[in-house]
Amino acid sequence: MHGDSGSRRPWTFYAFAAFFTLFVMFLYGPMTVIYILSFQGPQGGMTFPMNGVSLEWFESLFEQKRVGDIAGSFVRSIELAVVVAIITVVLSVLAGLAFRRRFRGSAFTFYLAIASLIMPGLFVGLGIALTFRLLGIETSWYTSGLGAQLTWTLPFGLLIMFAVLGRFDRAYEEAATDLGATSWQRVREVTLPILLPGIIGVALFGFTLSYDELARTALAAGSQNTLPLEIWAMTTTITSPALYAVGAVTTAVSFVVIIAALGSIALVQRRRAQKIAGVE
Amino acid sequence: MAEATTGGGEVAIVGVTKRFGPTVAVEKLDLTVPHGSYCCLLGPSGCGKTTILRMIAGHETPTQGDIRIGGISVLGLPQVQRGTAMMFQSYALFPHRSVLDNVAFALKMRGAGTAERHAKARELLAKVQLDKFADRLPAQLSGGQQQRVALARALITNPRVLLLDEPLSALDEYLRLRMRGELRRVQKELGITFIHVTHTQLEAIAVADTVVVMAQGHIEQAASARDIYVAPRNAYVARFIGGQNVLSGAVESVIDGTAAVTADNGSRFAFPVGDGRPPRGAPLFGSIRRDRIALEKLAPGAKPPSGLNTVVGEVHTIENQGSYVKVTLDLAGETEEFVANLSDEKFFAGPLDIGDRVVARWSASDVKLLDAGPLARGPATAGNAVATGR
Repeated sequence: MHGDSGSRRPWTFYAFAAFFTLFVMFLYGPMTVIYILSFQGPQGGMTFPMNGVSLEWFESLFEQKRVGDIAGSFVRSIELAVVVAIITVVLSVLAGLAFRRRFRGSAFTFYLAIASLIMPGLFVGLGIALTFRLLGIETSWYTSGLGAQLTWTLPFGLLIMFAVLGRFDRAYEEAATDLGATSWQRVREVTLPILLPGIIGVALFGFTLSYDELARTALAAGSQNTLPLEIWAMTTTITSPALYAVGAVTTAVSFVVIIAALGSIALVQRRRAQKIAGVE
Repeated sequence: MAEATTGGGEVAIVGVTKRFGPTVAVEKLDLTVPHGSYCCLLGPSGCGKTTILRMIAGHETPTQGDIRIGGISVLGLPQVQRGTAMMFQSYALFPHRSVLDNVAFALKMRGAGTAERHAKARELLAKVQLDKFADRLPAQLSGGQQQRVALARALITNPRVLLLDEPLSALDEYLRLRMRGELRRVQKELGITFIHVTHTQLEAIAVADTVVVMAQGHIEQAASARDIYVAPRNAYVARFIGGQNVLSGAVESVIDGTAAVTADNGSRFAFPVGDGRPPRGAPLFGSIRRDRIALEKLAPGAKPPSGLNTVVGEVHTIENQGSYVKVTLDLAGETEEFVANLSDEKFFAGPLDIGDRVVARWSASDVKLLDAGPLARGPATAGNAVATGR
C-alpha cells in the first residue's frame, strides 16, 4: 500500500487539478485585479500600470456628484436585502413545515412555486413593471422591486427548507408531544431550535440573492436604483477607478454578511457547548 | 388525572383495526396487558407491532376499536392524560438541550419552576447513574448513556405505562445484553406496565412476562416467555422463535393417542395427538426442540436406518456457540431448516464436519403437536423474520 496515493495518481487527478486551477484563476484573478486597481493613484487610469497608491477613489464614492448615488443605493440595497431575508425566512419555514404533510394539490403547488426559478428574470421584472403600470401604481424598489426579488428568493428558501427538513427526525416532535408540550411549545422549544442552523442558512441566501439581484429588479425598481443597478449604470458612464472601488466595497460587504452569519452559527453552537464547562 | 392513579396501568386493546389507506396494519386485534407486567410485542418488520405501540401512545388513532388504560378509554385523549410515556427507537433526545434539560422537559412544559424541575431531573439522573453528565449535550454521551437519559426523561412524568419502541436496537451487542437486564430491573422496581416492541426473539424471551408473537397484523400467540419458547402454538411461532424444528406430514394411522405421520420425503414421525383422531391423510405439524436431538455419523456407504423419529441429512453448517454447538442439516427432499443444538461435551466427544452424513434421532415424548397456524404465509414470513432478527 506504500506510496500508492503519492506516486501513481490516475490521469483524472491531473485533469481535475488543471480544471480547478482554471476555475480559481477565472474567479479570483479578475477580482484581485479589480481590488488592486481600486487603490489606483489620483492620476491613474482604468488599467495598469498603477500610477501611485491612494484611497482617492474610495473617498469619491461618498460624493454623489462625482460618481452617482452610490451611498444611497447601497443603503437601499441593504434595507431591501434585510426585508427580503426576513420575509423569505418566515414564509419558507412555514411553507416547509406545511409541505411535510401531503395535502391535496401539494405537488402542484410546489412545482408552481419552483417554476419561478426557470423563468427568465428579465421578463419577470418586465411583467411586474407592466402590471403595476396597468394598475396605475408607481413602481419602486420597496414595492414592485421587493415583489420581483421575492419571486427569486422564496423558491430558493423553500428548496433549502426541504433539504433541512429532510434530515429532521419527526420523533423529536413526537417526543415533545409525548412529554406534554402543546403544539406551540413544541414549535418554540424543539422544532425551531433544532432547525436554527438551517434557518440561518435560508436568511443568508435570502440576503445575498437580494443584494446581488439585477435581472428581475432592473425593470421593476422604479426611479431609485439598488446597488447592482447603480453599478450597472456606472459601467457605461463612469470611466474612473471609482468603479473598482465600488466593486471592492460591495464584495467586502458580502464577506462581512457571510462571516456574520457563520459567526452567529458558531456562537449558537458555542453557547450550547458552554453548558459542558465545569463538568470536566 | 385522578383516574390515572386509581385505574392502574392495565392496557386493553379491544377489537382494534388500523388501516393506512388500503394497507391493513392491524386487524381486529384484542390484547390485555395486566397492570405492572412486562409485555413484549415480537414480530418481523411490518407485522403491526410498532403501530400498536403508537396507538397506545396516541401518535396514531385506531380506524376501529378501543384502547383502554386502567379501564378507561383513552381514544382522543392527549398523551399527558393517558399516563403513557414513550421511549423512541432513536431516543429522540433534543440535541440542543443539556441532559438535565432533556430530562426536565416534561416538567417545564407543565410550568414547573427551574429549581423544582432540575431537582427532580437530577434525582432521576441519579437513578440511572448519569448525574455526573447532567450538563452535557446528548451528542457527548455514548449510545448506552443516551438510552438511559431517554429512560429517565420518559419516567419523570410518573407514567402508568412505559412504551418502548425497539429500545435496544441502536446499541452494540454487549450493551444490548446489559441494558435489557437493566430495563427488566427498572420495571420491577417501579411496578408499572412496560410494553416493549422488538424483532429480536431472545430479547423478548429474556425480559418479558408475556411475549406476544405477531404476524401481518394478527397475534399468533400471547403467552409467557417460557411457554412461547417450549410450547409454541403453531408452526409460525415455532419457526419464528427458532428453538424448535418444525416437522410436518400426512397422518397414516392413529394408535393410543399417537399419530404416525409420513413427511413428503418419506421420513416418518410419531406425534402425540391426545384424544384427537385426525383422519388418515390429514396434514399435521409438530415441533421438536433443537436441544433434544441426538446426531450420529453415518459411515460412507452405510444404509440409512429407517423408523420413526429418524431423519438422515448432510451437515450444512456448524456454529460453535460456546456452551453448545449449533449443527444445521440439509435433509433430502426437504426445504425446512433442521437444526440440532448439541452440548459442547457431546459435540467435541465425536466432532462432525461439514458434508458428513448423519442420522438425527429424538424421543417421541419430546414432540409437541402444533396448530397449522397461518400456513400460507408461514414459511416465507418466518424466513424473513429470521433474516432480520439477527
